[in-house]
Amino acid sequence: MDTLLSSEGDSQRTQYPYVTGTSVIGIKYKDGILMAADMGGSYGSTIRYKSVERLKQVGKHSLIGASGEISDFQEILKYLDELILHDNMWDDGNSLGPKEVHNYLTRVMYNRRNKFDPLWNSLIIGGVKNGHKYLGSVSMIGVHFEDDHVATGFGNHLARPILREEWREDLTFEEGVKLLEKCMRNLLYRDRSAVNKLQIAKITEEGLTVSQPYSLKTFWNFAAFQNPTVNAEGSWILCLMMFCCTKTCAFVDASFSFIARHGSA
Amino acid sequence: MFRNQYDTDVTTWSPAGRLFQVEYAMEAVKQGSAAIGLRSKTHVVLACVNKANSELSSHQKKIFKVDDHIGVAIAGLTADGRVLSRYMRSECINYGYTYESPLPVGRLVVQLADKAQVCTQRSWKRPYGVGLLVAGLDESGAHLYYNCPSGNYFEYQAFAIGSRSQAAKTYLERKFEKFTESSRDDLVKDALFAIRETLQGEKLTSAVCTIAVVGVGEAFNILDQKTVQALINEFEISGEEAPADESAPEQSGGAAPDQSGAAAEEEAAPMDI
Repeated sequence: MDTLLSSEGDSQRTQYPYVTGTSVIGIKYKDGILMAADMGGSYGSTIRYKSVERLKQVGKHSLIGASGEISDFQEILKYLDELILHDNMWDDGNSLGPKEVHNYLTRVMYNRRNKFDPLWNSLIIGGVKNGHKYLGSVSMIGVHFEDDHVATGFGNHLARPILREEWREDLTFEEGVKLLEKCMRNLLYRDRSAVNKLQIAKITEEGLTVSQPYSLKTFWNFAAFQNPTVNAEGSWILCLMMFCCTKTCAFVDASFSFIARHGSA
Repeated sequence: MFRNQYDTDVTTWSPAGRLFQVEYAMEAVKQGSAAIGLRSKTHVVLACVNKANSELSSHQKKIFKVDDHIGVAIAGLTADGRVLSRYMRSECINYGYTYESPLPVGRLVVQLADKAQVCTQRSWKRPYGVGLLVAGLDESGAHLYYNCPSGNYFEYQAFAIGSRSQAAKTYLERKFEKFTESSRDDLVKDALFAIRETLQGEKLTSAVCTIAVVGVGEAFNILDQKTVQALINEFEISGEEAPADESAPEQSGGAAPDQSGAAAEEEAAPMDI
């Protein structure tokens, strides 16, 4: 054990996540914030849990969505529970809004990162207070910012570009949901950890609602997916070649086109 | 109040159910020079009389900025007041760091009161000998609180503490009903009048008093001597006894540009904001 860096028994190094949630997407719309996340909890490459709620209410004014290690998210919810409890116990006219919750979580995440013991999550916090809409993001290392639309994980690569093109300040609720569904469908096609069971949460000045879980319609009727076994015969030779010559892409390419030209025997 | 066998310890009750040490601490507040606070819906003004030990020394600092949205005026043991101001600043800064949001005054005041209460229940401590007028802004508007050495706190529309504060309180009791709707400048004027009451005939100049304001869109700031003197001159030259006519200062301010020399002070009137 490296006693120079840490005391015995206290050795905490970067953890590995075990049960993880994939992307969360959040957008501001006309009346407040919309957030979407699927209900999958992956155990490595296995989609182990399919009813994980990854969007939760925080106090009167905020909504949190999390991706990453689910147990760490549950821990964060406990911290937030205590935070809101103490806030309520003051019993005065003041309450913590989404901005305060966001910054509190930033402090928590950053301090854990400094101890080399991170909470392995990317969080999105959104809410409305006194007419002000707020949407922010915190990562497991404490990187935090606010924006009109945010996403975690794969959402950053697959959903944000769509949002950059199509997001507007004055989206109605229906338009917002359609936009989110478009992003979620894209993620469903391309993110292997995504499951087709999602929830959409809406938070406005009046309050928060989380939808019942539902599924998206998908389309698989592409030509390339028709008759998937059309070139299967003879392809065991191809597989063998690919297995033996891992670096000879050109060779494999050539074989492929040979079979394509000559068809199956 | 006279000495009796129950007043040695703060942790000793008298048969009548009093803690004499705490009451003596509140006496210390009454010995300090006057401090006044008044508030409207959107602003709070703090004012205090500055006593200097001698002509050679500077006067004691009695008003402290705690944060952009909170300030405090003290009366009593200034050393205790300084220490508590430091505590308040610390609390505000820590809250702002964690939540990126200003600490609500109401919560700060409760924390302060709880801190004072501790000193009334430990045999090895003594109560703080200072009264604090806490002025601040939060979500629910402008607030003025008074924190006592006993650990009690009260919210006020207007209040005065320290020596000869009764004169100021009498003035404030006459006027307080209109404070809620007062403009910032009227509030400052009322504060100056209230201070004048405590001086009992002594001349009111900016060297003798300090004024501070906090309000919606205005961070807590202590007005500089020149501004205060200009304000004093305004209502003394107009010969006003009480702020009856709001248009009077505007008139004197408007006429000023035509005058020269000695009337230059009137031009500096900040009333035409």
